[in-house]
Amino acid sequence: MDSIERFLKEICEAPGVSGYEQPVAQLIKAGMRDYADEVREDRLGNLIFFKKGTGENRPRILLAAHMDEIGFMITKIEENGFLRFAPVGGIDPRTIVGQEVLIYAKERLHGVIGAKPPHVTSDEERNKAYELEEMFIDVALPEERVRKLVSVGDIVIIKREVIKLAGSTVSGKAMDDRAGVAVLLVCLQELARLQHCADVYAVATVQEEVGVRGATTATYGIVPDIGVAVDVTHGDMPGVPEHETCRLGKGPGITIGPNIHPTLGEELIRVAKEYNIPYQLETAARPTGTDARAIQVSRGGIPAGLVSIPLRYMHTSVELLDLADVKMSGRLLAYFVAAVDMAFVEGLSCC
Amino acid sequence: MLLKKLSEAYGVSGDEGNVRSLLRTELQDYAEELTTDSIGNLYVKKGLGKKPRVMLAAHMDEVGLMVVGFEKSGLLRVTAVGGLDHRVLVSKPVVVGNNHVPGVIGAKAIHLQKPQERKKPLEIDNLYIDLGVQSQEEAEKLVKIGDYVAFRSSVNEIGENCLLGKAFDDRAGCAVLAEVMKADFDLELTGVFTVQEEVGLRGAGVAAFNVHPEAALVFEATSAADVAGTKEAGHVTQIGQGPAITIMDSSFITPQYMIDLAVKTAEKLGIPYQFRRLTTAGTDAGQISQTHEGIPSLVISIPCRYIHSPATLINLDDYQNTIRLAKGILKAIEEGGLPCEGTA
Amino acid sequence: MKELLKKLSETYGPSGREDEIARVIREEIQDYVDEVFLDKMGNLFAVKKGTGTKVMVAAHMDEIGVIITYIDKNGFLRFSNIGGVSPFIMLGQRVVFANGTVGTIGMEKLDDIKKLTLDKLYLDIGAKDREEAAKLVKIGDIAVSQRQLVFAGDRAIGKAMDNRAGCAVLIQAMRELGDTNNEVYAVFTTQEELGLRGARTSSYRVNPDLGLAVDVTLVGDTPEAPPMSVELGKGAAIKVKDNSVICHPKVKEMLTKIAEEHQIPYQFEVLTAGGTDAGAIHLTREGIPSGVISIPCRYVHTPGEMVDMDDMESAVKLLKTFLTQPIEMDKIYPCAL
Repeated sequence: MDSIERFLKEICEAPGVSGYEQPVAQLIKAGMRDYADEVREDRLGNLIFFKKGTGENRPRILLAAHMDEIGFMITKIEENGFLRFAPVGGIDPRTIVGQEVLIYAKERLHGVIGAKPPHVTSDEERNKAYELEEMFIDVALPEERVRKLVSVGDIVIIKREVIKLAGSTVSGKAMDDRAGVAVLLVCLQELARLQHCADVYAVATVQEEVGVRGATTATYGIVPDIGVAVDVTHGDMPGVPEHETCRLGKGPGITIGPNIHPTLGEELIRVAKEYNIPYQLETAARPTGTDARAIQVSRGGIPAGLVSIPLRYMHTSVELLDLADVKMSGRLLAYFVAAVDMAFVEGLSCC
Repeated sequence: MLLKKLSEAYGVSGDEGNVRSLLRTELQDYAEELTTDSIGNLYVKKGLGKKPRVMLAAHMDEVGLMVVGFEKSGLLRVTAVGGLDHRVLVSKPVVVGNNHVPGVIGAKAIHLQKPQERKKPLEIDNLYIDLGVQSQEEAEKLVKIGDYVAFRSSVNEIGENCLLGKAFDDRAGCAVLAEVMKADFDLELTGVFTVQEEVGLRGAGVAAFNVHPEAALVFEATSAADVAGTKEAGHVTQIGQGPAITIMDSSFITPQYMIDLAVKTAEKLGIPYQFRRLTTAGTDAGQISQTHEGIPSLVISIPCRYIHSPATLINLDDYQNTIRLAKGILKAIEEGGLPCEGTA
Repeated sequence: MKELLKKLSETYGPSGREDEIARVIREEIQDYVDEVFLDKMGNLFAVKKGTGTKVMVAAHMDEIGVIITYIDKNGFLRFSNIGGVSPFIMLGQRVVFANGTVGTIGMEKLDDIKKLTLDKLYLDIGAKDREEAAKLVKIGDIAVSQRQLVFAGDRAIGKAMDNRAGCAVLIQAMRELGDTNNEVYAVFTTQEELGLRGARTSSYRVNPDLGLAVDVTLVGDTPEAPPMSVELGKGAAIKVKDNSVICHPKVKEMLTKIAEEHQIPYQFEVLTAGGTDAGAIHLTREGIPSGVISIPCRYVHTPGEMVDMDDMESAVKLLKTFLTQPIEMDKIYPCAL
């Protein structure tokens, strides 16, 4: 297992549900701090790795990958100690029945997501998908003990270790977007040996899954000249048109469309071609559901770019991707950063 | 005629360059300063240093399509940019990409459709753009993934003083703004031709942040549903009845003092006006009014039938009256200041 | 506080037209603060000066209502909603305009009541024709429920508890606020029901170190309610999350600690629908750590909204204690790593 794989495994397995990113933030800080000149955290918890550029007139580049993951929150303790819960971020309720979960209560509890079993349901009921309100978490403890340990608002995640699959593919929870954070690490590692004029702010952002909130405030605070978001995109699968997905292992997706500054899109493509990094073109006809959405309209407008890692089964606990794509994305970003100077930045507002 | 040129220019959200250069050429002799920003807004400034500072805005972008894939046969797969009614797409001529390659939107001929198929609207997934090529290779020589697709239609005068053409939403507003910027006022005026309104008011907030005005006027085109089969209660606006003043939409509720300013001005100058009688949809004012400490805004619209289609209809009296009303409001601000007393 | 709540509840003040409710609140609070002013969005600021941490507390003063879109030739009025208005709740309502004009809401003939939508409803102000109606009401005028506040024991029933209950709590806390170093901006915000709009611009202006909102929240203690733990009469609710904000864990912790130490009844709240002003405040500028004190409220967005006076008292105590104590921002951010 190489260092990137180990880093990704470690951060994917850690809890870090939107708004409660502290545990994963600590691991990210530990794994990346050696490659930055300065690490700081802003008021909402965005983790900012600053790497200084060379030269007098330095553009500021923001690279954003969100570290939060979707998860759940306890909403009510029922009689007999069953726990009701609500999603944090977008979840397909059908994918969570029968999942083992961890509840971050006064102590960490192990539970299972249950629902009325099939034997006591009618045929009609069985043909309907379970809804979230019908489900509950069972921690197999007496009510009194549950009430002592668990509070409304406690965080829940699906218990899942990263699984290594064929070739360089891996599967697990929270690959969206810890894989993007791993891309930031690869990028910083590459930058350690490249000359770059620009100051780099690599940010593990918070609360993307609940509405790109961390990127909104991080961009405002950093005031970058350019912002590139790193996120995941839908991988190829049967039943989905080819042009709506990216193939796993074939390199990062580079997005073009209204959300993306045309020159930034072109430049990412140019860099990919120059350094023989395979890439896949992605179109977004409307604002993307990524940090780039917030970056573009921060303050007086920030040119935004988007690099994506192909991933299957998004927002489930078996998100699957190819590590080769993570590494290629990191290299692409590093070479992109190395090519940016003030003249390039100045050219972005003259259209 | 500027309005005709603007309407016929291609400028789908995110690809407003043609419209921007047209406006730049039109206004360069009138502006003290002409700039753009990174998202593509065009700023035209006059009366620098005067008070108060007022921003005027109209969006350059129009709804359209984007190329997302190729069929082996050379047909193009597309997706919508902005709020298109997919039912109006079929059988329309279009242009694709920077070179404006002509094409048509095709679908299975009615002869080949089963009776039940014929009742269903044609979804965008079942529509293709045909460039007349024989293969994907040929198509790729002409256009590329991510290319914007705009309706192709020319402007014509029809009926009694009406204009038929595409994209009056919001090129009619752009034309109003351009005409207003040609006049002189004792105010610091920044006319902003904004981008990406149709994909979520993306340009206007950025512009308002940069300009930081004390008040803003937005020129729009808004639905006129004064057509057969619609009850009067659902007309929203009627063409020929004068500029429409917005009271409320999904993005914005107009401060009473701004409504009063518009109404008083219209009445004083004898300009017909109407209220926009719908509370949904949004305009750039939604973003502008929420920028910085809050910017009092006003939306004045030209009523427009068949909005977001390749053939939209406006009345030229409404257009002229919108220009008159806009100038009258600026004159009123010049004379009496901004109408937000008692606030800090 | 009962009297204050009644006065606030019965005052007219739909989103975008808050001048009257702002005037009433100003009268109630101006003697207790150092400065009071209005901004262009209609937000009312009441400031207690200080040299310590700058805290903004927002309570929205707007209420839901209906806006007139059309007057027909027989003098009936058609309307659209201001904020979350259910056609089923509006049916049979008596409403009132800013100028005192009252009316009752009727519906077109429908074969199935399930098909009821707002555009099937109309407002009858007793006018004989369009001309007579137009003398009383113009297109764009806004009406709100007409309803007197009553007390059923210690529980108040009335319109616009969302969020005049929050306004009452904030006014009362400012009145009772003792000595504090903190600089407190009590902001009575506008247009919350239309998307937290007044809070967005006012918090940009104030640029506080920390933000709080005081608002009502839904409950899960009524027959066949969806699973939610908040109950009426069980104390002030400390919000963990809703659709607009995940409260800063440290702010939530500070509120909890104060409630525990001062034996103020409290409960945690996870709301799966809706948002509040903290949603806008916490995303202001570089981000502002924010929390919410909620007042449990039954039948939200009906003219019979119900709150418990003990919960209101708990909320006042929690808010006032929080604002009085020194707030050490370095304990909030950067979060210890």
